[in-house]
Amino acid sequence: MATPLVVSEVFKSFTMHLRDGLKLAVVNDVNFSVASGECVVLGGPSGIGKSSILKMLYGNYAVDAGQILVAHRDRIVNVAAVDPRTVLDVRRHTMGYVSQFLRTVPRVSAIDVVAEPLLARGVNAGEARDKAAALLAGLNLPRELWNLPPATFSGGEQQRVNIARGFITDHRILLLDEPTASLDAANRKVVVSMIAAKKAEGVAMLGIFHDEEVREAVADRILDVSAFSPRRAAA
Amino acid sequence: MNDTPLFKVSGVSKFYGQRIGCKDVSFDLWPGEVLAIVGESGSGKTTLLNCLSTRLTPTAGSVEYRMRDGQFRDLYHMSEAERRFLMRTDWGFVHQNPADGLRMTVSAGANVGERLMAIGDRHYGNIRATATDWLSRVEISTDRIDDQPRAFSGGMRQRLQIARNLVTGPRLVFMDEPTGGLDVSVQARLLDLVRGLVNDLGLSAIVVTHDLAVARLLSHRMMVMKDGYVIEQGLTDRVLDDPREPYTQLLVSSILQV
Repeated sequence: MATPLVVSEVFKSFTMHLRDGLKLAVVNDVNFSVASGECVVLGGPSGIGKSSILKMLYGNYAVDAGQILVAHRDRIVNVAAVDPRTVLDVRRHTMGYVSQFLRTVPRVSAIDVVAEPLLARGVNAGEARDKAAALLAGLNLPRELWNLPPATFSGGEQQRVNIARGFITDHRILLLDEPTASLDAANRKVVVSMIAAKKAEGVAMLGIFHDEEVREAVADRILDVSAFSPRRAAA
Repeated sequence: MNDTPLFKVSGVSKFYGQRIGCKDVSFDLWPGEVLAIVGESGSGKTTLLNCLSTRLTPTAGSVEYRMRDGQFRDLYHMSEAERRFLMRTDWGFVHQNPADGLRMTVSAGANVGERLMAIGDRHYGNIRATATDWLSRVEISTDRIDDQPRAFSGGMRQRLQIARNLVTGPRLVFMDEPTGGLDVSVQARLLDLVRGLVNDLGLSAIVVTHDLAVARLLSHRMMVMKDGYVIEQGLTDRVLDDPREPYTQLLVSSILQV
C-alpha cells in the first residue's frame, strides 16, 4: 500500500498586498511523510508554521511550490495542484481534520454535526446517528446536549463535538490541530485512547499537541518544524 | 465522482456599448456543486448571472447545459420556447426581491402550484398536497396556504419563493443575493434552510452574493469579480483563508468580527 501522505519540497509565503506587498515567508522546503498507523507530532514554538502546514495539507492554504501527495481512492493525488472538486472529494473520503475551534452552523444539532461526514458519504441517517451517539457518549458529552446546536456550548464541549465529528469516519489520514487544548484530564485520556485505536486501524495521523503528557502518549515521532523555518535559515 | 459537468461556460462576455459588464468568464459546474460569485456592487456579478441564466444575451461566448437526456445544448441556440420550458422546470431562479419571483396577488399555494401546472400537472388535489408539503419544508405554516404573499413577512416571502422554485425538482438553481434585504436572524434561518435543501436534493447552484459569510456557509467554490473580470477563484475555504489577489485580501480583511 502506498504511503498515505508524502510532503515534498513545499514552500509557503504570504504576500500582504495591503501592506505594500510585504512578503512573509512561512515555511521553506518542507519534506516529510506519514506512514500508515503512525502518529507524527509537529513540534516547535508557536508561530513557527505548524498550523499552516496542516492548513496546506487540508487545502485551506495554497502553496507556492512543492507537492502534497495523498493516497486517495486508488491513486495518488497532489492536493497542492488539483481542482477544488478533487480537494473536496479527498476531504470526504480520505483526509479528516479536527480543528481547534468548531465552526458552528445555526440550528444544526450536535449529533447531526457529528453524523454529517458519514451522511456525506452516503451512510444512512439511522446508522450515522447511532455512531455519532456512541462517540459523544464515549467523550462524556451530556446526553441532554446532543439535540442542541453547539453554538452555546462551552469550549470543551464544542471541542468534543469537533473530535467526534473528526473521528467518526474511517478516513485514512487525520489532521489534528490541538484537539485536546480545552479538555480536562479525563477527556484527554479518552482522546488519547481514540488516537491509539485509530493507529491500530492503520490511520496516518499528523497533529499539533501542546500538552506534553498527551504528546508523549500519542507521538511515534516528533517533527521539528523550526527546521523548515525561513527565519532560522536567515539567522 | 460524477465525471460530466452539468453546465459549461466558456468565454462569456457582455458589453454595454463600450463599457464592460463581464469579460471572458469560463468555468464548469458539476452536479451537486455550489458556486458563489462574490464582488462589490458594479463588479459584474449580476450581469454574469443573467448571462448564464438566459435573462440577458451575452455579447460573446457559449453557455451549455446538460439536458436530462444527457446531451449538452447551447442555451443561445435553443428556441425561446425551449429556454422558457427549461427555466420553468429544470432550473430555478431566486431573486433578491421576492416580489420579482412571486405573483403577489395569488395565494401561496397557487404560487407553488403554478410551476407544477407548467409541467403538465392537472390534478388539483395532488397539486395542493405537494404545495402543502413544500410550504412545510420551507417552514411556512400550512394554514397560510390560501393567503397571498402580500400578507407575508420578507423572510416568509423569500422562503415561499424558494419553495416555488424547488417544487419541480430542478437540477440547477440561480440565486441573486438570496439573503439580501433580510434581518440577520431571518438570514441565518434562510441560509440554514437553503443549505439543508441543497444537500438533501443534491442541487447545483450558482449564488451571487456580496456577503462572504453567505459564500462560506453555502458554497464549495468561489469566484471573485472586479470590474467585470474574474480576478480570483478556487475552493471557498482557500479563497477566504488565503486570499491571493490584492482586491480579495481587501474584501476578506474588511469583514467585521463579531
